[in-house]
Amino acid sequence: MVDVLLGALALGLLWSVMTLGVYISYRVLDMADLTAEGSLTLGAAVAGSMIAAGANPLVATLCAAGAGLLAGLSTGLLHTKLKIPALLSGILTMIALWSVNLRVMGNRANVSILRLNTVYTFLQNWGLDKTTSMIVVGAVCALAVISVLYWFFGTELGSAIRATGNNEHMVRAQGINTDNMKILGLVISNGLIALSGALIAQSQSFADIQMGTGAIVIGLASLIIGEVLFGKGGFYKRLVAIILGAVVYRVIIALVLKMGMPSNDLKLFTAITVAVALSLPRFKGYLATLKRSAKGEAK
Amino acid sequence: MLKVEQVVKVFGHGTINEKVALNGLNLSLEKGDFVTVIGGNGAGKSTMLNSVAGVYAVDDGKIVIDGVDVTHLSEHKRAAYLGRVFQDPMMGTAADMTIEENLAMAARRGKKRTLRWYITNKERKEYTELLSQLELGLESRLTHKVGLLSGGQRQALTLLMATLQKPKILLLDEHTAALDPKTAAKVLELSAKLIRENNLTAMMVTHNMNDAIKYGNRLIMMNEGQILYEVGGEAKQLLQKEDLIALFAKKAGDGLVSDRVLLS
Ligand SMILES: Nc1ncnc2c1ncn2[C@@H]1O[C@H](COP(=O)(O)OP(=O)(O)OP(=O)(O)O)[C@@H](O)[C@H]1O
Ligand SMILES: [Mg+2]
Repeated sequence: MVDVLLGALALGLLWSVMTLGVYISYRVLDMADLTAEGSLTLGAAVAGSMIAAGANPLVATLCAAGAGLLAGLSTGLLHTKLKIPALLSGILTMIALWSVNLRVMGNRANVSILRLNTVYTFLQNWGLDKTTSMIVVGAVCALAVISVLYWFFGTELGSAIRATGNNEHMVRAQGINTDNMKILGLVISNGLIALSGALIAQSQSFADIQMGTGAIVIGLASLIIGEVLFGKGGFYKRLVAIILGAVVYRVIIALVLKMGMPSNDLKLFTAITVAVALSLPRFKGYLATLKRSAKGEAK
Repeated sequence: MLKVEQVVKVFGHGTINEKVALNGLNLSLEKGDFVTVIGGNGAGKSTMLNSVAGVYAVDDGKIVIDGVDVTHLSEHKRAAYLGRVFQDPMMGTAADMTIEENLAMAARRGKKRTLRWYITNKERKEYTELLSQLELGLESRLTHKVGLLSGGQRQALTLLMATLQKPKILLLDEHTAALDPKTAAKVLELSAKLIRENNLTAMMVTHNMNDAIKYGNRLIMMNEGQILYEVGGEAKQLLQKEDLIALFAKKAGDGLVSDRVLLS
């Protein structure tokens, strides 16, 4: 049982980097960006292929994140310069990335990096086991990312991006090019998602073309769990809440699997979780109205 | 300060809904002019202000702000010259951001956004000072979200934001229309005070004849995308509401007198 929980913690931390990327598009920019599905796989494919070709795992991981930035740039340009709706722009990049990812992996559906050096083997060489190394690397990455995000979104540029997701009209009236703000936000978001993909691929010792399928829903589920359970407070607290949300999501998944849910049903389970969580505010509002009208009648 | 020359703006080109909103509009503002703009619904008042602000491209004509031809400049580039307050109190501020975040963003209007922290301590002191002059109790709420403020408070804040970085032209489009009469009067007084103290050039659209007469040194009446009548200086000070209504009826034809113009 402890092993199961530690495994979930490790996986949750690696996926939390992805969840932070989803937070930037979904919450900060207020856009449902489906590029995520492709950029997660892209990160895995780039890191996997480079490591398989003998590259230094750190360099491979950084290149994977860089590739993610480009994926975000593609969606951003489609949306702002060609005026394609955000949702469709993300879908277009995601579909295009399917072919790109296959090419990156040498026209194969997966790349194995079993027994090759990864970012985790550095720590394993010091005597840590695989799960612990994943936890250490995941925690370091997640904390580094939220520290940088906390700083960045407090700068003039970062607050302009936040305002763009809030009221574009006002932002343009303040002399800011909102197109550039959206592009920049999508670039950062997908860079993080690809970084997460690279970390996940190295943890499982392979990259697979299917890895990203459903990733956006996993990201949203983690994000909402984090917000509902730990989300109150300042910006830093909210970022920490997202990491915790990603971990809790993995723990929940590990537990339901252990309780005997067939793993094929996982995606259905996740989708239902997200649907319920997203409808919660409306449901709460409905309850409040009910209560109010009940009181009204009592009077 | 502002020159609008032969500006044409058509919405829905070539459709059955085609509408000529500005029909060869000409207007010239001197530095320090405070012009009130009246006219019936659909007269083209908002379209005129939006064309100056670059919300959309005009179909013909030329717009020059302080000697710079801005006709083909995008909205965010023109923002360097303009302060704007809109009819909808939601539109001028970012609701999920704090009062100081909104102010700091407005203080940097037209400047490059860098990786410096969004606000300095010196600015915080300035903002507290400026907000206390509004006498709305906002000075103690710098870190509160703007979404928590009332419509009147938000319009007052938007006004402050629009003038924080002195604009070449201040554009006010029925910015008190969504407020209750008492709050509207207060926000209007504040607008006049800010315009006076900063010696701003301003255009204010209003449906309230009394306000149009009371404020500003010039008044223009619009109809069908053109300026129908214009008055300034002493003649404006002597103007009566009844004169305006009669004038409007005569110039535009009786059938065109809109209820909203007669109102108030
Ligand atoms: N974005 C738009 N698309 C299509 N038509 C528009 C648009 N904006 C304005 N119009 C049309 O242009 C004409 C002028 O509109 P405008 O908003 O400038 O009038 P206004 O003088 O501000 O009126 P009001 O007093 O009602 O605010 C109207 O007929 C309006 O329907
Ligand atoms: Mg209007």
